[in-house]
Amino acid sequence: MLELRDVSRRVSGVNHLTDISLRLERGALNVLMGPTRAGKTSLIRLMAGLDRPSAGSILFDGQDVTGKPVSKRNVAMVYQQFVNYPGWTVRENIASPLKVRGVDAAEIEREVKRAADLLRLRELLDRKPLELSGGQQQRVAIARAIVKKAGLVLLDEPLANLDYKLREDLRAELPRLFADSAAVVVYATTEPAEALLLDGVTVAMHEGRVTQAGPTQSVYRQPRDLTTARLFSDPPLNTLPVSEAANPARFAGAVTLGVRPHHVRLQPRSAASDIYVGQVESIEINGSESFVRLSVKGQHWVMLARGIHLFAPGTSLTVYVEPDDVMRFDAAGAAIYARREAA
Amino acid sequence: MKPVNQKAWFLVTPVLVLVALSAVIPLMTVVNYSVQYVGSTGRFAWVGDEWYREVLHNEKFWNALWRNLVFSGIILAIQIPLGVFIALNMPRKGWGVPACLVLMSLPLLVPWYVVGMIWQMFGRVDIGLMGVMLRDFGYNYEGDPMDAWFTLILMDVWHWTSLVALLAYAGLVSIPDAYYQAARIDGASKWSVFRHIQLPRMARVLTIAILLRFMDSFMIFTEPFAVIAGGDPVFLSTELKQTVELGQKAAMSIIYFLIILALSWVFYAVMTRNDGEGGRKNVRGGEA
Repeated sequence: MLELRDVSRRVSGVNHLTDISLRLERGALNVLMGPTRAGKTSLIRLMAGLDRPSAGSILFDGQDVTGKPVSKRNVAMVYQQFVNYPGWTVRENIASPLKVRGVDAAEIEREVKRAADLLRLRELLDRKPLELSGGQQQRVAIARAIVKKAGLVLLDEPLANLDYKLREDLRAELPRLFADSAAVVVYATTEPAEALLLDGVTVAMHEGRVTQAGPTQSVYRQPRDLTTARLFSDPPLNTLPVSEAANPARFAGAVTLGVRPHHVRLQPRSAASDIYVGQVESIEINGSESFVRLSVKGQHWVMLARGIHLFAPGTSLTVYVEPDDVMRFDAAGAAIYARREAA
Repeated sequence: MKPVNQKAWFLVTPVLVLVALSAVIPLMTVVNYSVQYVGSTGRFAWVGDEWYREVLHNEKFWNALWRNLVFSGIILAIQIPLGVFIALNMPRKGWGVPACLVLMSLPLLVPWYVVGMIWQMFGRVDIGLMGVMLRDFGYNYEGDPMDAWFTLILMDVWHWTSLVALLAYAGLVSIPDAYYQAARIDGASKWSVFRHIQLPRMARVLTIAILLRFMDSFMIFTEPFAVIAGGDPVFLSTELKQTVELGQKAAMSIIYFLIILALSWVFYAVMTRNDGEGGRKNVRGGEA
């Protein structure tokens, strides 16, 4: 288990990471999710031991490893860039962590074969990395991380530089690849959809702070605050001051309401639906879905509707929101759940 | 069947004209001279391969060629490692980067003739800094051809090492930081990082640096003129000055041209053979 206790990092007077406390279990896929510059890479560097925290401590399996240099830790890392040794063949690249450790040749051969099979690299073992496609190169890097059998595997946006299709393939494989490794696997991504697909545990990050950490589904469904709800919504979360709500009394105590784009509907689901009227600003059609941008009571909203809807800009549109789908936040931005259940 | 569109010829015409004017015509002119005897009245007479045979049987030519090869070898042996070493130690960020780049470029901006003059002055026993210093240590500089050699090598190293350093530096800064991180995680030593990351990633620019420095040092004529008035370090240059015979000069030029072409090709072939970056290898495809 990797544990961070009140970890901060300041670089020349600027806070890169502030008061981060986390417990990441072995065997689970831990997803660091947040926009660019949220501090994901900084945090990963601290976990790896590439940087030292300015304050706080890092424990691995109960042992304090805060000051331990990276080469003394058992860490494997995969980067956004495809990092392999350019002069070595795929086989030599995959074998490199084992060679350093002095594992005997037969064992190395076996491990390389196993990793190559797992990542479908068997045919490519005698090639050099730069003769491979991006997806294959990244597979080699992942194979290296797998054979290393490190206690901590850090994947820093490993799929960001891949084509859409390859990204989908590899993303589907990743949880399986590290499932039986018993390592603490940390995966950084900017995409909420990726966190949802990978499932596991999500650590939502914003401006160098962890806003919420927990099982992905619960972070998604019950964000602790407005920031997390916004982070974990793509297209962006629709918000509305409670005073502008169709039925303010129902949301008493809240200051801001939040509705996910796919919860804004063209038809009511119940008699209790809240009704809003907005002006269509623009429409983007994405295959079988329509992103309808609306102006609702002065707020920019997005409705994600199934099917193709061609509303002319400027059209008045009536939309429906179920009260149960509305997230409520107080003046400080904290989410309110208890009262709804009490009501 | 596709219709043949002859318009494409018009599009390549400008390139053909440029290459013809800059390379093909001058070269063919020299080839033309090299197989003829040019009389004092400007009359030409066909002599076939006579000039070539004469040059190739000339012992002075072979001696000079040998000296040229040794000179290029020494130049490469000094400049390439030194340039790489300098590049490795150049700063990667901060105000030091522009400062270093400007300082490194300065020698490259000095015209070669001026460089020769500077070093000729520098080595003079009466007023030159190096000459006087060596004299004070009891060594009479400017004494023999070895001194001239030494000056030439020193001068070339001073003039051109920064080119190698700048090329190597360009190769180094193009290596993503993630490579160095990965090396740290693997616990790689400084030497391993150099051997397995930096050197392979620099291979291409170093190939270019080696080719450029080889060709340039092999064709060194101007500098010796400037440094050693009267010495005989490089046969061709002095011979070219003395001889009046156009055909012989032309034959010599062609022979040198062929040598440079052949050696450059060999260099390139050898250096790109084991080069993992070779994009051409992709062609090999599935048979691997």
